[in-house]
Amino acid sequence: MIPESLQLELRQRVATAVTPREAAVDVMKELQRHCGWLTDEAVEVAAELLSLSPLQVEELATFYEMIYRRPVGKRVIHLCDSISCWCVGGERVMTQLRERLGVEPGGTTADGLFTLIPCACLGNCGEGPTMMIGDTLYGRLTSARLDEILAAERNQQYIPTNEEEMR
Amino acid sequence: MAPLLFRHNRPGRCVTFDEYRSGGGFTALTRALQELSPLDVQQLVMDSKLRGRGGAGFPTGLKWSFVPRNLPGPRWLICNCDEMEPGTYKDRVLLEANPYSLVEGITLASYALGVRHAFIFIRRGYESAAENLRRAVAEARGAALLGENILGSSFSCDIDIHVSAGRYICGEETALINALEGKRANPRAKPPFPAVKGLWGGPTVVNNVETLANIPDIVANGPDWFRSLAATPDSSGTKLFCVSGPVRNSSCFELPLGTTLGEIIDGPCGGMLAGREFKACLPGGASTPYFTKEHFSVPMDFDSVAKAGSRLGTGGIVVFHRDICMVRATLNLIRFYARESCGWCTPCREGLPFVREILERLEAGKGETGDIELLREHVKYLNYAFCALAPGAMGPVDGLLRHFEDEILEHITGRRCPFERRG
Repeated sequence: MIPESLQLELRQRVATAVTPREAAVDVMKELQRHCGWLTDEAVEVAAELLSLSPLQVEELATFYEMIYRRPVGKRVIHLCDSISCWCVGGERVMTQLRERLGVEPGGTTADGLFTLIPCACLGNCGEGPTMMIGDTLYGRLTSARLDEILAAERNQQYIPTNEEEMR
Repeated sequence: MAPLLFRHNRPGRCVTFDEYRSGGGFTALTRALQELSPLDVQQLVMDSKLRGRGGAGFPTGLKWSFVPRNLPGPRWLICNCDEMEPGTYKDRVLLEANPYSLVEGITLASYALGVRHAFIFIRRGYESAAENLRRAVAEARGAALLGENILGSSFSCDIDIHVSAGRYICGEETALINALEGKRANPRAKPPFPAVKGLWGGPTVVNNVETLANIPDIVANGPDWFRSLAATPDSSGTKLFCVSGPVRNSSCFELPLGTTLGEIIDGPCGGMLAGREFKACLPGGASTPYFTKEHFSVPMDFDSVAKAGSRLGTGGIVVFHRDICMVRATLNLIRFYARESCGWCTPCREGLPFVREILERLEAGKGETGDIELLREHVKYLNYAFCALAPGAMGPVDGLLRHFEDEILEHITGRRCPFERRG
């Protein structure tokens, strides 16, 4: 369920836009933040808020790299596979992540904690290889540093999504 | 010392609003509103010969002059901060250190163009840059430097910040306009150009972050001063060069436009990492044909780089060392473009995966000599694509064919990648 309070908040955001659909990305992001991914229900709600059809929202949702139309783990690891990171060892990091997490690119770990996604340049080219977990950017990834980061992310207090908290 | 874009920077942190103002910030805006007409400001930018820093290098003042001033309805200004070209991170560095030059630059440009509502379109992942901008906009509003009746004048303007959700094509100016309108970010047909018919059908100027951040100092110090900053006579201003790859100091430097490639690599970059030898580089981001050691004497300005067979692009220099396979590097680049193609037009949607397959074949040692000609033809064919993405994608392929044909042939005759065993 997407709570009334969030819908009201989003309605106010839409009202400040020049045209309702200008707020589409903001609305999708907030719904995703709440649900963990952009669920079918969230698409319906977004469509209603933006005066669009669900298909029009779907058209946008499937376009953007950071909008997930499938369930993802609690932490999504975006690993840059573009040229600058590649030429300082990006492929090695991908191999290590696959080994440590036991998943292929696009997959989610059995415990539902991590989803591994290769992604386009993160704009941290001077300090590659780079990955992003949530909103945190990690650069200069060596094998040892990668293991440290994974351990830290694993041991961090588990953060439930808003939806889970309300159940 | 950096003369312009980095002159307000503080080590390790973002400059504050007060520091920016006491360093001369917002004096250009104050002066413009008191002494200059909008057309005067446009003329200063025109005379400065500032060229767009987002990649195409189009003269900024000329772009502004295409905006019709007699049409009813609003005009729009969009700052393009969708910095997603691999190897490019200058706008992030700029905004993490100082968001105020951009805010002042946007306000000045809006004054020149008669814009009341400007947008900053910023890529996802640049959260701290976006946060700096939100703070800077709020502070400027609080000091009457933005909002209604700026500094008591009749000019009103505000800035909205739009954070995208990640897709390379959004940086193409007409795709960006669609994205901002909340539509799928496919490019639009040109003409009509955005200057005439852009955002919500109104006249629209789209300028890069670095371009707009130059405006305050151009207005404050004049076009002659700005032109004198460049290292080559036909260029003007400084340029942010952001370097990546195996050099000692891979970071972002503000240098005179026209500094030679060799001066950049051996100067601020400190040369190559120990044990690494320079082989090639992308001189201006992922869509530019390679330069090699023989290009070290090329001045890095728009015309000189073009004359030498590449493009200055974004100024993102990606360096490759001797043990890197250039076929494999090009394959990495083409994979990026094939994935980021928006799928709108056939040459790009179908052509890039086809080129990717040829390169995959070559890299796997299964290529034929005819593949070289096939690649050469596709460098031409992909110019028929709808927007600049596919022709840009073929830049490195073009460079590969011109500078590393022997390396491609080695893959074909040896039936394997000659670099595999070197690791």
